[in-house]
Amino acid sequence: MQNEMIERPDAIRIEAPEGLLAELTHRCPLQCPYCSNPLELERPTTELSTAEWKSVFSQAAELGVLQIHLSGGEPTLRPDLEEIVAHTSGLGLYSNLITAGVTLDRARLERLVDAGLDHVQISFQDADAENCNRIGAIKGGFDKKMRLAGWLAELGVPLTVNAPLHRQNIHNLEAILALAEQLGAIRIEVAHVQYYGWALKNRAALMPTYEQTIRSVEIVEAAMERLKGVMTIDLVVPDYYALTPKPCMGGWAKRFFNVTPSGKMLPCHAAESLPGLRFDNVRDRSLRDIWYDSDAFNAYRGAAWMREPCRSCDRREIDFGGCRCQAFALTGEAANTDPVCTKSPFNAQIAAAAEREAGEAPPPFVWRRFQKAPALSD
Amino acid sequence: MMAERAHMPRRRLLIGEDTRPVLKRFVRLHHDSVRSRWVLLAPERVVEVDDIAVDVLNRCDGGRSLAQIADALATDYDAPCARILADIIGLVQDLADKGYIKDNPVDAE
Repeated sequence: MQNEMIERPDAIRIEAPEGLLAELTHRCPLQCPYCSNPLELERPTTELSTAEWKSVFSQAAELGVLQIHLSGGEPTLRPDLEEIVAHTSGLGLYSNLITAGVTLDRARLERLVDAGLDHVQISFQDADAENCNRIGAIKGGFDKKMRLAGWLAELGVPLTVNAPLHRQNIHNLEAILALAEQLGAIRIEVAHVQYYGWALKNRAALMPTYEQTIRSVEIVEAAMERLKGVMTIDLVVPDYYALTPKPCMGGWAKRFFNVTPSGKMLPCHAAESLPGLRFDNVRDRSLRDIWYDSDAFNAYRGAAWMREPCRSCDRREIDFGGCRCQAFALTGEAANTDPVCTKSPFNAQIAAAAEREAGEAPPPFVWRRFQKAPALSD
Repeated sequence: MMAERAHMPRRRLLIGEDTRPVLKRFVRLHHDSVRSRWVLLAPERVVEVDDIAVDVLNRCDGGRSLAQIADALATDYDAPCARILADIIGLVQDLADKGYIKDNPVDAE
């Protein structure tokens, strides 16, 4: 096949995508208040069929995707997961199941492994069982996660522990790292919560202090040194306290894309929060067309859309101006510099808001739930 | 329950000429036909490997030691064995530090 690289007239070089995050469903037994799904969750009746998902993965492989992340919601709630995994495995895709770990029984896990599943990522809301269950709003969740991790070890399936970090579990970071080590995880993702959607709604309940944040980075860096060659540690930093923004998604529509349960193809899971962009559905248009030729995917590629201070910044090819969704959510303009950048005129007020919220008593969580349908009697 | 599973304390694998390396089961050497290159696929990672590394990795079957592999490469590439050995120890150590390699000791089984 040809080397996949399309040179556009405006000289933006579009590379083939490498990864696909497939949100198979938005249904989930957990209600984590920082869920990355949109506030408006997609109903089960709108979900893509098995055949439609298979077509998505076939087209993705042909486009150059190498890794797929089977996510949700809780992806194991799809009864056709085995069939989907077998299909992706046949395409040579590296498959990663992103699960809360409370729904799989051992027989089904074995069927998924037989179907070719490569890797499993289990979320742990804390290493402390009670707090873990409280944050996910699920009774007995922690024990089920532990049981699944044990089965993975017995079956020789590699495990990543995903640990979202925030002010209500950050004091247990060392215990979380020790838990991952004890479970034989090959990798842990210590992911400071990123404030979009549900997490933005719950920001005051989640934002750690600057001191807690710095301490968490020190703990992780020491663990990286100690566990070199034993367990990979990936740290997602809390960007409100950073000096420069994160290169969100490795750049807008540069390496990854997302498909929602109902088939909307997005450059990232929060992209629908941006105004003025129309996102295509994989039911209507090919993945190739959407990736290379849709207005939404091309909207923030390259540097032509940038304003100052991004436009003349020597980091514009490093962090791509940060995150469009965060820029919009916090400044009202998607093309503005991500306000977590110290060069942004909004930066001082963002950092001050974070410090203020972190210093006050946390408000109660707004749980991640489907909006209730209006009651008939109303 | 999980607590019953006693895991061996895990340590960093140090690579030497006696190591008989093999890729762990979850790491896949994959030909990326869209980009005409070889890659290692691992959780959340795509690591590009050049043709020589591919040749080395194909010989890392857990049966042959790196000393033996270096010998064979020295013949095939007509290059000094000591230099090759140092290079492939470096290559395999780098992959071991990513957690991708296991050693298959001779006295296993």
